[in-house]
Amino acid sequence: MAILTYIEAISKGLWEEMERDSSVFLLGEDIGKFGGAFKVTRGFIEHFGEDRVIDTVLAETAILGAATGAAVVGMRPVAEMQFADFVTTGFSQLVNNTASIHYRWHLPCPMVVRLPSGAGIHGGPFHSRNPEAWFFHQPGFKIVAPSFPYDAKGLIKAAIRDNNPVLYFEHKRLYRHVKGEVPDTDYIVEIGKGIIRREGTDISVITYGATVHQAIEAAEQLAKEGISIEVVDLLSLMPLDIELILTSVRKTGKVLIAHEDNITGGIGGEIAAIISEQAFEFLDAPIKRVGALDIPTPYSPPLEEFFLPNTKKLVAALKELAAY
Amino acid sequence: MKQQSLTKNNLALTKDQYLQLYYYMRLTREFEESILKLYRQGKIVGGAYTGNGNEATSVGSAFALEKHDYLFPMHRDMGAHLVRGQSLRNLMLQHLARGNSLSKGRDGTGHYADPTLKIYGNISHLGAMVPMACGVALASKLRKEKAVVMTYIGDGGANVGDVHESLAMASVMDLPLVLIIENNQYAYSTPVAKQIKAKRYSDRAIGYGISGYTIDGTDIDEVYSTCKQAVERARRGEGPTIIESVTMRMHGHSAHDGADYVPKDLLEAWKKKDPVMKIEKLLTDKRILTPTLKAEYEQKIMATLDDAIQYAVESPYPRPEEAIVGVYAA
Repeated sequence: MAILTYIEAISKGLWEEMERDSSVFLLGEDIGKFGGAFKVTRGFIEHFGEDRVIDTVLAETAILGAATGAAVVGMRPVAEMQFADFVTTGFSQLVNNTASIHYRWHLPCPMVVRLPSGAGIHGGPFHSRNPEAWFFHQPGFKIVAPSFPYDAKGLIKAAIRDNNPVLYFEHKRLYRHVKGEVPDTDYIVEIGKGIIRREGTDISVITYGATVHQAIEAAEQLAKEGISIEVVDLLSLMPLDIELILTSVRKTGKVLIAHEDNITGGIGGEIAAIISEQAFEFLDAPIKRVGALDIPTPYSPPLEEFFLPNTKKLVAALKELAAY
Repeated sequence: MKQQSLTKNNLALTKDQYLQLYYYMRLTREFEESILKLYRQGKIVGGAYTGNGNEATSVGSAFALEKHDYLFPMHRDMGAHLVRGQSLRNLMLQHLARGNSLSKGRDGTGHYADPTLKIYGNISHLGAMVPMACGVALASKLRKEKAVVMTYIGDGGANVGDVHESLAMASVMDLPLVLIIENNQYAYSTPVAKQIKAKRYSDRAIGYGISGYTIDGTDIDEVYSTCKQAVERARRGEGPTIIESVTMRMHGHSAHDGADYVPKDLLEAWKKKDPVMKIEKLLTDKRILTPTLKAEYEQKIMATLDDAIQYAVESPYPRPEEAIVGVYAA
C-alpha cells in the first residue's frame, strides 16, 4: 500500500485505465510533451504514444465536442480542461449536446471531463472557479468531486468505466497538499456513494471537495469542546447519496452544508431542500449553509480569504447550530 | 490558393447512378412536400423544415460516401438521409413524434441517430455538430477505419465559433472531414451579405491551410464530383475540405415563415435553376430518363410515401411515463 498525493493518485488511476482499455485516450491542451499544466499526465505520452495522449488546439468547444463524437462511436475519451473555469467556453457542447445524447439517441456517451477546480491559490476570478452547480442543473451528467487520494484514484477509474458523461472535479489546492493511502489494486469507488469521514452525534456537516478537510479540522477542534460533529463526504454530486445524507440527519438532527462554491445557487441549496422535504421531523434547527460569498472571486489575498469558507467560519457556524 | 480544376477521372457517373440520383432527388422533394402538408393539417407539431432547392447538394454529396463513412446532416439535408438508406417510415415517425421513432419521440425531424446507417442527426444549435463530426473523424483516424465524416452548415451557421474551432482542429490534425457550407443566400431573414464580407465562404479554407471550393449547388455533376474528390482526399489522410455549395432557399426558414423579406425577382431567377428540374432535363437530354421510367419512379415514390404516412399515423405516441426513462446509459 503506497502513500500517494492526491495528484499522484489521479495520475495512477488514469494510467491504470489506459493500460487496461485501449479505447481510453486523453485529449487536452498541453497534456502531451508538457505533461499538463499541473503535470497530471507527465510521462504518459512517452509510454502511451501521441495517438493516445493528444495535444489539442486551444479550443474548448472543439475539445469537448470531439470527445463527445469519439465517445458516441465507441471510444473512451478523457478530456482535460486546463482549468475548470475554461469549461464555459465549451458549455454549449456539454449541456445542449453531450448531456442528452443518451436520452435523445439511445446511445452511450462514455466520456470523462477532468476539471482542475477551486480557489485558495491566488488564482483570481478566472483560475479559481467551482463550476459544478451549472452542470448539476443539467440532467444527463454524472458529477464527482474526490477529496482524498484513495477516492481520487477510485473515482477516475469509475468515471472512465461509466457509460455516461462524467465530470470529474479535481480540486487543485489538494493536488500536492493531501496525502493518503492508495492501494495498488484495481479498485473503483462507486459513483453515487458518499462516505462518512468522521462519525458524530450532534451535527452533520454535508460537504465535498476541499471543504471536507476544513470540516474535519473543525470537527477535531469542536470535539475538544464536547461537540460531536459527523462529517459526510458526498464524493458524488450527481447522483447524490441521498440515503447517506438522510441517515446522518436522522441521527444528529442538525445540519451544516458546506462547499467552496458560492452559496446562492450552489448545490447546498438543493441538498437543504431535499433534507427539508424528506427529513423535516428529524430537524432540531434550521439547515445552515456555509459557502463562498456571492461575489466574483477576487484576486488580492485578503479579499480572497474574506470570500472563501475556512475552518474558522465552519467552527463559528457549527457553534451557532450547537447552541440552537 | 487557386481553385483546383477538377478532372473527370473516375468521377463520371454511370447511367444507373444518374437514375439513382434522380430518384433520390425526386423522393426528397416529394417527401418534403408531404411534410408541409402534414404540418398544415396539424399532424406535425412544432415546426417543419424543408430543403427545397437543396436537393442536388444533399443528395449529390451523400452519394459520394461509402457505406462505412459517417454522415452528420443538417436540417435541409433530408436527401442525404435518404441516400444513406434511411426509410421513409422512420423519417415519418420522427416527424410525427411517435413512440416507435428512432428517437422514441425524444426529438423530432432529423434529430436522431441511426448507427446502422452511420447517420448522426443534428441538434438545433447550429454549428454544434461540427466538433462532434471532428471527434468521429478523430476516432476513424485513431482506429485506422479509413472512414470519412461528411457534415454540413449554412451560410449563417458558418459564423458560429464551433465551426471555426472545428476547422482549426481538423486542419492541424488532418482529420478525414468534409464540410459542406450550404450557402442558400438566407439565414432565416438575414441575407448572406450581412453574414460575410469575403466573396466566397470557401476562401476561409485558405486561412485554415486546407482545400476549399465554391460550386453550383444545383448542378448534380459538380456537387458529386467535388464531394467525391474531397472524400477521397480525406480518406488518403490529406485532411479536410470545405465545399461551399451555392443554392437558394426556395421556401421560408420554416413552414410558418412566409419569407416576405426575399425579393420576388431573386426567387424567380432561382426557380429557373430548380435542381430537380435540372436533373430531369439533363437525364432526358442524355436519353437516360424516358417518360415511362419517370412515371414508374413517380408511382414508386407516391406508393412509398403513402405507406410511410399511413404507417406513421397509425403508430402510437409514446406513453407519458416513458418520459423519465433513459436519461442515463446502463
